[in-house]
Amino acid sequence: MENLTKITEKLGGVMLLPLALAAVAFLLIGAPSSWLTLTVAGLSMGMMIFLMASGLSLVFGLMDVLNFGHSAFVSFGAFVAASVLAALSGWLGAPSILLNAAALALAIMAAIGFGLFAGYFFERVIIKPVYKDHLRQILITMGALIVAEQMILAIWGGAPITVPRPAFLEGTLLVGDASIDIYRVFAFFVGAVTYGLLYLLLNRSRIGLLIRAGVENREMVEALGFRIDRLFIGVFMLGSALAAMGGAMWAGYETLISPALGGEMMIIVFIVVIIGGLGSIRGTLLGAIMVGLVGNYVGFLAPKMALASNMILMMAILMWRPSGLAPAVK
Amino acid sequence: MTLLKIDRMQTSIGQYKVLHDVSLDVPEGGVFVLLGRNGAGKTSTLRSIMGLWQPSPGSVMFRGQDITGMHTSDIARLGIAFVPENMGVFGGLTVAENMVLATAKGKFNTERLRRIYELFPALERFWNKQAWSLSGGQKQMLSVARAIIEPRELILIDEPTKGLAPAIVDAMADAFRDIAQHTTILLVEQNFEFAKSLGRDMAVIEDGRVVHHGTMSGFAADTDLQSRLLGLSA
Repeated sequence: MENLTKITEKLGGVMLLPLALAAVAFLLIGAPSSWLTLTVAGLSMGMMIFLMASGLSLVFGLMDVLNFGHSAFVSFGAFVAASVLAALSGWLGAPSILLNAAALALAIMAAIGFGLFAGYFFERVIIKPVYKDHLRQILITMGALIVAEQMILAIWGGAPITVPRPAFLEGTLLVGDASIDIYRVFAFFVGAVTYGLLYLLLNRSRIGLLIRAGVENREMVEALGFRIDRLFIGVFMLGSALAAMGGAMWAGYETLISPALGGEMMIIVFIVVIIGGLGSIRGTLLGAIMVGLVGNYVGFLAPKMALASNMILMMAILMWRPSGLAPAVK
Repeated sequence: MTLLKIDRMQTSIGQYKVLHDVSLDVPEGGVFVLLGRNGAGKTSTLRSIMGLWQPSPGSVMFRGQDITGMHTSDIARLGIAFVPENMGVFGGLTVAENMVLATAKGKFNTERLRRIYELFPALERFWNKQAWSLSGGQKQMLSVARAIIEPRELILIDEPTKGLAPAIVDAMADAFRDIAQHTTILLVEQNFEFAKSLGRDMAVIEDGRVVHHGTMSGFAADTDLQSRLLGLSA
């Protein structure tokens, strides 16, 4: 048994869970083509949830701030991106892939830019007065969320809006009998690249070192001569930008978005952050992939269980590992 | 020459006053020991100097500069290092990463690093290990090493021998003697024998007040005073 534990730790430990899950699902589903479609859908959904959740995990882990308003950045990101895409619809339908990609890149960059700017404003005005007070954080960020949702209603109206996709991401790829949505593959790669960049930032840079140290012990970081409050603003802006980017990607995935989008994603985002382990980007990725896969597999195998599947997954993981799968602090 | 001068410092945590009247003159060089029973206010004094708790009223002067109310990070940048009671080691980071964070510009002075390896060989051995996997004594070594990787003028050390094996306590005492040749140490300690072997000057704190201030040799010779202030039997 001990040897088995050692071998699994060497191979990646808890990071093997999605593989194990996919293997079990393969046996239960039987049809390889359905399994492949569901797995790709689960992975891409997981990556988009990762984008939304990674910011919350950092903000929660480093700053000890419970930001229930996080989903407002997701919603705004989605709507800002949708507006930019609608404004550039001429480029989207153009036969040139370059123009297609430029429109998409501008939409995502607009969402990120909005996230950075709004994140700065949010931290200074709403979060700063309530550091170290969880109850007031919950109250004020929930209040801010209501205001933000009303702002979306005022700007974009209550009716769902259609999000145009660039022509080169429309359609499906056929792999054997399985049909795979091209946008899903794209979303997966965007998430994977973002994870890679975040990993480099956190593990290979001095700022990243400070963030990881700050998650564990803020006082000691200050006693070593660093202004953690300035680091907080940067992390909050980064977290908000990631959420907005996740929202933008999600808008392209759903193609029809309503102001309730952020609130609907929030529960899943919190589940991911909790099962991944607070403040850990690796844990958040793992949690997001697990939630994405479980959601898709269960939706196929036992549709009635789909709604409960995330909660059951969270309970099972917390009973096994109460601090989450890969917490930042041991 | 006085390096650190604390004048009638009072500190409150919420509505509770933890320091009532702390005045200290810490001279430059050597080890200054702050003694006192559990809960007397020793740790609170160090935290107040470091700006982690804000004293009010009262003042803390460092090299003639008033540092009362300054931000902790600015106090640290003046050359004051802090080794807290819980060691403050970042468990999720490697020994090397812990050390890098304590450097001013992210680069090691090889001469200083070599000196640290000599003082604490275990750190070199576990250089790339995550700090949570170290033993208590090794974590304490890492915490002290972080404080001396850059030249500092004053190091505040809070109960470094707590829970350590006697052999490690001896090694720690040797390291402190070495460090005190170049830097001033303000040491909070419960282990009187350890404190006695290191300290040149000392003060006793009781119920948030400094009740005795003098030389260690004088205090060590006065068993009545020790018994009265620290409850030590002769």
